[in-house]
Amino acid sequence: MMSRILNTEVVVPVIERLVKKACCELNDNVMEAFRSACEQEESVLGKETIQILIENGEYAKREQMACCHDTGAAVVIMEIGQNVAWEGKPLKEQVNEGVRQGYEKGNLRKSMVADPLERVNTNDNTPAILHTEIVEGDTVTITVMPKGGGSENMGAFKTLLPGQGIQGVKDFVLEVVKRVGGNPCPPYIIGIGVGGTMDKCAVMAKKALIRPIGKRNAKPLYAELEKEILDAVNNTGIGPLGMGGRITALDVHIDYYPCHITALPVAVNFQCNAARQATETI
Amino acid sequence: MELTLPLTKEQVKILKVGDVAYLTGYVYTCRDAAHKKIQEALERGEKSPVDWQDQLVYYAGPCPAKPGKVFGSNGPTTAARMDPFVEMMFQQGMIAMLGKGDRAEYVADLCKQYGGVSFLGIGGASAINADRVKSVEIVAYGELGTESIKKLYFDRYRVIVGIDTEGNVLQQQEVPKYKR
Repeated sequence: MMSRILNTEVVVPVIERLVKKACCELNDNVMEAFRSACEQEESVLGKETIQILIENGEYAKREQMACCHDTGAAVVIMEIGQNVAWEGKPLKEQVNEGVRQGYEKGNLRKSMVADPLERVNTNDNTPAILHTEIVEGDTVTITVMPKGGGSENMGAFKTLLPGQGIQGVKDFVLEVVKRVGGNPCPPYIIGIGVGGTMDKCAVMAKKALIRPIGKRNAKPLYAELEKEILDAVNNTGIGPLGMGGRITALDVHIDYYPCHITALPVAVNFQCNAARQATETI
Repeated sequence: MELTLPLTKEQVKILKVGDVAYLTGYVYTCRDAAHKKIQEALERGEKSPVDWQDQLVYYAGPCPAKPGKVFGSNGPTTAARMDPFVEMMFQQGMIAMLGKGDRAEYVADLCKQYGGVSFLGIGGASAINADRVKSVEIVAYGELGTESIKKLYFDRYRVIVGIDTEGNVLQQQEVPKYKR
């Protein structure tokens, strides 16, 4: 198999475009989930809230403005075919250049501080939170997921005892959901990682948020658990923006990975109602 | 209901949790970093750069405006992060806050004690709020960028009363109704 040679500069305009698109346009899958949630919602205030989110989503797309003011940390997920050979400047620099141009030209908020303790804004929303994975083939698939602080801050991780099993996972997720209430901007999506190590588990929870709303895990055990957790979350009464109602979560997505005999790691990552993502393949 | 800013103690007293109100008048944005700077200034014996008497504090960090527009996407940020500063701001004269999400129990007590309210906006619905802001002026801490203190003129910005002057909390009343 011949290598496909790509100059790293090809990712700059792609990432710029994806940043702007993701921040300004909620995709049809999310907008459709809002409409269905609006029909099901019983609380008057909750229904009005979802109605406003729908109007806002339509307005943001039409006007090409950020649907949410918190245009997030730029999470960039790259699936790089193993037959791709790179030339040019370091890939990481080019990814950050794409992020820089997207946030600047898109009039998007710059929300990154250079040092978590010194807290000085980098003023261009770099660096990206970059995840790369080597996959089969000779293409590069890039997903940009602007991740707002309100929902990201409510995530949690815990290593359960292996014997706690399915019930332990359910209990932990529900405990987190009840504790954080309306703060992750419901109606949200919950990404759950089960297994792996601490790092692997957290990344799975994040990547699970990319899966379209309504799509279940291929393995029946997890598909069933997703449905059970979704029902339980929507029975908490937290509702849209935490003001009470039937719809707290639009969906629950679980991904799993083998893990050590001693461990049952569980990571919970929330994606707020501004469930933004955009993907392109080079 | 329509409310004109600045609010008076008498006006806020009649507000009840769950009331939907449209705010018109001047407000100030102030969030994490600016609250911390005010606290540090007060600790040094200096004055706050803004007179908070009867003012509404909007917990918000907006997007830049598009060329030709007055203001960009803006919306309430998580109010709970500002909970530790609420008493300081009430002592400075603040009368109302605008944010999103749940707040600590003691914030309800402070609203009762100082006769203030906490309003809720819709987190995530920030594009449609851009047109609700008719003027903007950076009044302090410009170096903080999006987190600077900005004086905005609201034209019918929609809010919901989250905590009233009796210390009632909307979420505590509403969530149990839908719990199964």
